Amino acid sequence: MATSDSPLKRTPLYELHRELGARMTPFAGYEMPVEFRGVVEEHLTVRSKAGLFDVSHMGEFLVEGPEAEAYLQKLTPNDVSRLAIGQAQYSALTTDKGTFVDDLLVSRTGESRFLLVVNASNIEKDIAWMESRRPSGARLVNESERYALLALQGPEAEAVLRPLTEIDLGAMKYYRFAEGKVLGEPATVSRTGYTGEDGFEILIDASRGEKVARALFERGALPIGLAARDTLRLEAKMALYGNDIDLDHTVLEADLEWIVKWQKGDFIGREALARQKEKGVARKLVGFEMVDRGIARHGYPVVAGGAPADFVTSGSFAPFLKKNIGLAYLPAAHCLPGSEIEVEIRGRRAKAVVVPTPFYKREKK
Amino acid sequence: MVPEDRKYSKEHEWVKVEGGRGTVGITDYAQKQLGDVVYVELPEVGKKLQAMQIFGTIESVKAVSELFCPIAGEVVEVNGTVVDKPELVNSDPYGKAWLLVVAVENEGNLSSLMTAAEYQAYVDQESKG
Repeated sequence: MATSDSPLKRTPLYELHRELGARMTPFAGYEMPVEFRGVVEEHLTVRSKAGLFDVSHMGEFLVEGPEAEAYLQKLTPNDVSRLAIGQAQYSALTTDKGTFVDDLLVSRTGESRFLLVVNASNIEKDIAWMESRRPSGARLVNESERYALLALQGPEAEAVLRPLTEIDLGAMKYYRFAEGKVLGEPATVSRTGYTGEDGFEILIDASRGEKVARALFERGALPIGLAARDTLRLEAKMALYGNDIDLDHTVLEADLEWIVKWQKGDFIGREALARQKEKGVARKLVGFEMVDRGIARHGYPVVAGGAPADFVTSGSFAPFLKKNIGLAYLPAAHCLPGSEIEVEIRGRRAKAVVVPTPFYKREKK
Repeated sequence: MVPEDRKYSKEHEWVKVEGGRGTVGITDYAQKQLGDVVYVELPEVGKKLQAMQIFGTIESVKAVSELFCPIAGEVVEVNGTVVDKPELVNSDPYGKAWLLVVAVENEGNLSSLMTAAEYQAYVDQESKG
């Protein structure tokens, strides 16, 4: 088990996790539930019913002030000016090389007020990065300790949450949010998630987190741990910072050009990304499926066209698809679906094939 | 309960010896620690194994673990069913999810392994630690 000099932090739901029999693990400085009943069952619960994740470890930053929008436009490749109040977008904090300081959600909560949700492991790095680039007309506040963040995910999520809030969930579109009340307490509810399913994320004062979680469990949601969160996001090909995206790979290489809005004007990394696009992107993050027996894991070497390529960035047994899948950066010539590659598993080369992604896409109602 | 008809290793494998044939598997404690088992890799029949030599790999969704043979001998049988249905390791670790059978070289070596009671005490200690 990983040890650290600083004691592990606990989310507002820690006691509840213990009560529910969670197996706990250190993650990003927090003691988090990795599994409750078994990762396969938890994964399938989210694909078929409703599961509840405690993601209170994630970071929340407030950015506000007359220069808030211009500031975020500079820091991120997506177009913040397109956001209406009540709308969120997936984006990134990019370096001048076009690589990732972090990936994040940007939500406009007011005319000149934004909420950023960032990865727990990057909170301090992000704050340092943003603070050193902050104009005087924008305020940046790390509010990460203030909130509990609950992710209710799955086809039954709306039905489970509906009786607990007066917010009109049915009218809420994907990547929209509303501020209102949940169980009579002020909360922000967004139609977002990290599982490839329909669902909501509920941001609420830390002291109310447990009460809301208990109510959702009483309504039939089941607790889900970090292990299933990882397999769910992988099936949906959602990037995990530190695995699939990092300071060494650009937004274009990560196959996330859709978050780059070239017409919006300047942002950090724009020049490098524009140059890379013009020259052609030499490697790209693609999905593959194992053909031979064996599970590809993070860090395993990949061979493409007989030559060492890169490493597996994420790999797992996929509980819903019942296949062994993974992601890797491959040379452009080997990125098309059907391209045959090999993954080195404990010294043995196992065949795999590039497949279209996402691996899993839910059927829209 | 830990079955009393076999012996146990510190790496959480069991071996049950009958008529010179040692059937090997992993314990219930081990499968619980692993979580959902999704992959099992076993050696070929004919492979000669030393005591505590790695003979294969078992993977849960989250973890990769090596399998150690608790007793020396030549592999005479492997369980193809558990290779096709790795989840058997979770549902029946002491029964249907046996992994392989070795022709035991020296049954005297069994004395270095733990009895059921000793293993239970060992596990109680480990889960406290």
